[in-house]
Amino acid sequence: MDAVIIPFHQAAKTDKMTNHDQKSPQQPVNRSPKERLYQLGDIIFENVTRFFAFLVLATLIAILISLVITSMPSLKAFGFGFLFSDDWDPVREQFGAMIPIYGTLVSSLIAMLIAVPISFGIAVFLTEMAPNWLKRPLGTAIELLAAIPSIIYGMWGLFVFTPVFSEYVQPLIIGTLGNIPGIGALFQGPPMGIGMLTAGIILAIMVIPFISAVMRDVFELVPAVLKESAYGLGATTWEVVWKVVLPYTKTGVVGGIMLGLGRALGETMAVTFVIGNAQRFSTSLLAPGNSIASSLANEFSEAVGDLYTSSLIELGLILFLITTIVLAIAKMMLLRLGRMEGAAS
Amino acid sequence: MQKTTRAALKIYKARKRKNKISMALSMAGMVFGLFWLVWILFTLTINGIEAINWTLLSKATPPPGSDGGLFNAILGSILMAGTATIIGTPIGILAGTYLAEYGRHSWLSSATRFVNDILLSAPSIVLGLFVYTVYVAQVGHFSGFAGALALSLIVIPVVVHTTDDMLKLVPDSLREAAVALGAPKWKMITMISYRAARSGIATGVLLAVARISGETAPLLFTALNNQFTSSNMNAPMANLPAVIFQFAMSPYADWHRIAWGGAILITLSVLGLNILARVMFTQQSK
Repeated sequence: MDAVIIPFHQAAKTDKMTNHDQKSPQQPVNRSPKERLYQLGDIIFENVTRFFAFLVLATLIAILISLVITSMPSLKAFGFGFLFSDDWDPVREQFGAMIPIYGTLVSSLIAMLIAVPISFGIAVFLTEMAPNWLKRPLGTAIELLAAIPSIIYGMWGLFVFTPVFSEYVQPLIIGTLGNIPGIGALFQGPPMGIGMLTAGIILAIMVIPFISAVMRDVFELVPAVLKESAYGLGATTWEVVWKVVLPYTKTGVVGGIMLGLGRALGETMAVTFVIGNAQRFSTSLLAPGNSIASSLANEFSEAVGDLYTSSLIELGLILFLITTIVLAIAKMMLLRLGRMEGAAS
Repeated sequence: MQKTTRAALKIYKARKRKNKISMALSMAGMVFGLFWLVWILFTLTINGIEAINWTLLSKATPPPGSDGGLFNAILGSILMAGTATIIGTPIGILAGTYLAEYGRHSWLSSATRFVNDILLSAPSIVLGLFVYTVYVAQVGHFSGFAGALALSLIVIPVVVHTTDDMLKLVPDSLREAAVALGAPKWKMITMISYRAARSGIATGVLLAVARISGETAPLLFTALNNQFTSSNMNAPMANLPAVIFQFAMSPYADWHRIAWGGAILITLSVLGLNILARVMFTQQSK
């Protein structure tokens, strides 16, 4: 950074002495002790901060490595078959991940089906419709939904939502959608309240704030000129949103959706309360199921035996890999939008 | 001629109708979102208020059927969240400082930012699993310290992200002024950048504390739980979320009541911290 001028006689002196100072030309020479201290401080400070930045980077790798190592027994015992086996029998020590993986994917998919259109609506409302004085408080209210801890969602879901849902909504679903040939199989069985569908709905409520916050933020990136020219041509608000705002922010919107998906996949406590925790496969969405995270939450501290524990850790590894990939895609999408924005301005 | 006018009018009406419907739907989406917030807060208040009394705050968790409260869980939660914040904040601030002040757009910064954002949304239960494998399994017992460690893994990405963002907002002219006066870079960062971004960084720390005070999943197999009041960080430790989980899943009505009490305590503190963070942040930006 700053060039250090070494006075001639000093340089000569160092030459005459041992060579060991030669390789560090930064060595402050002819400076007061205070200056030397400052420069030392600079080196230390930069390296300390770099070390911690590197530590953050290393955490992700460390998580991966430690999970792979500890799930070795199960990786060796079951191999790739682990992914496709629906066996989960701690007594016979036979384990397979299919049911939790299926439950995780299906409950998250239901959550996305509900949350994406709703979040889109919220974002459109907040950016295009709401009067200015309402924008902030309403935005904050939705963001507070994200601040509520997941255990509260779980408890509320179990004690408040589930009874209402099983008494009023589920019979209705079974009576109508359940009779449609084909998809009817998804809506069979007694209205128990708990199950995949309930988990999906609770998850949807939890990820709405994340998705709508990203959508709102990227909608606000659209240059006003673009929108104004569309309005000037006589476009309706909807046409502006659908034909100008959305095409412009496509990648950001997809990024936001992926971010929400990443959250939904890894959500633990809320799902554990309402999904039913049954290691059984069922086509019906109203039947209890299990997700990766809730299997871990329920069984891990009671698991006995190496194989049982390592199978559960392998589940965790699978979950971590899936969410990392989803979140990485989300991040890349959002970065690409950011770059486009940078190029436009 | 008249025919085309009529056709145009028809299209115009259809467009207007479509617009009205979609705008009504987006408003409905807004109402849908607020509806859950109101419903959740309403039931929490109704069920929580009657559970809150002095016993809840002063006595330890009871066996089913007898009187008790959440004192041990509250103490445990505060101790673990406090320790996690003390561990995570300096690490997060220093890493964030590197990103904003030194690395900026170097590969290490870009990679760290990328990974940090993934960690920010990573499933917290996996973080608990990680601490279990590298700490609990090695030491051989669950402990409050392991719980704090797992929570600090949640604190770090939040603090890194906000520190990075807030330091980036500090204008470079301030930095240049400091350097021009002969200040070494570390002094420029600590005396100028940090001061300018102080309340933004504090907001990040507050948000992190809010986030970990409600976290349950990473504590399940690190801190576990403890029926008795204990402040020993090297032993299993009670904490509010785990007690709520255990009590809510139990069949006993009086345990449910205590769980509701705990739920409203957590929610109030988390929402309180969030609002405080927001107020602080808006005051800075003014």
